Amino acid sequence: MALNRDFVGRSYPAGPPYEVSRVKIREFAAAIGDNNPVYRDREAARAAGHPDVIAPPTFPIVFSLQSGGEALADPDLGLNFAMVVHGEQRFEYVRPVYAGDRLVVTATITDIRSAGRNELLTVRNDVTTVEGEPVCTTYNTIVERGGAA
Amino acid sequence: MTATVQYDEVEVGQEIPAVDYGVRRLNLVMYAGASGDFNQIHWNERFAKMVGLPDVIAHGMYTMAQAGRFVTDWVGDPGAVVDYGVRFSSMVVVPDDDQGATITVSGVVEEKLPDKRVVVGLTARSGDARVLSKARAVVQLA
Repeated sequence: MALNRDFVGRSYPAGPPYEVSRVKIREFAAAIGDNNPVYRDREAARAAGHPDVIAPPTFPIVFSLQSGGEALADPDLGLNFAMVVHGEQRFEYVRPVYAGDRLVVTATITDIRSAGRNELLTVRNDVTTVEGEPVCTTYNTIVERGGAA
Repeated sequence: MTATVQYDEVEVGQEIPAVDYGVRRLNLVMYAGASGDFNQIHWNERFAKMVGLPDVIAHGMYTMAQAGRFVTDWVGDPGAVVDYGVRFSSMVVVPDDDQGATITVSGVVEEKLPDKRVVVGLTARSGDARVLSKARAVVQLA
């Protein structure tokens, strides 16, 4: 079923702040098999010039995956989750993510389009600290296989 | 923040040697837990086949993370990555055995930008398939 184009441009306000913890960064680094000490040890991170443990470049997926989830689950959008695969992903940084950051994410559906038999939907997530300092922007494009058939 | 690669010593066309990264079912279970992506196609063979996939497939983000690790290991500082994007062009099929699958990542310096930044083009392959396309990172060099 084709996705409802009326959803393009809709923004979803930030939920409660996501608090980045050293433990979560360590868990994520372990999951991707990266043993870099700056992901685990505060002193190693400081020695490398960072204020605290730094997050790997793809870490923001942890708190941006569910953003826009409210929209994606809306029956009016017509998305069949069983057929969803990840199409594209991008992280654009103003500064790295560090342990101790308290981040808020505003999600906007920026595009819905067909490609062959598939439907593609892009969510932009604007990530700032609770104080409003910009940290990064992520772009997540999902593919609904067969959605345009 | 201290990248260990010097901007002045890098040339356009310079290749970054390939690295192999393994992926087994255990990695996908760990990644599901760490990322919060519990889509069953990444751990449930029965479900994956039911929705038309050949077998369990890796999270695209797991592959993206390996190519990201390739970049941060090269540049010497995760904080040096200022922009990183990929398209997931093919699936990494992960069989339920001790070998799993292998993702091979290589890179090339495609462009030198102002402010000591460079564009690194990335290639990621698994078996015969190119699993990432349009994969590029902008990194801040020293």
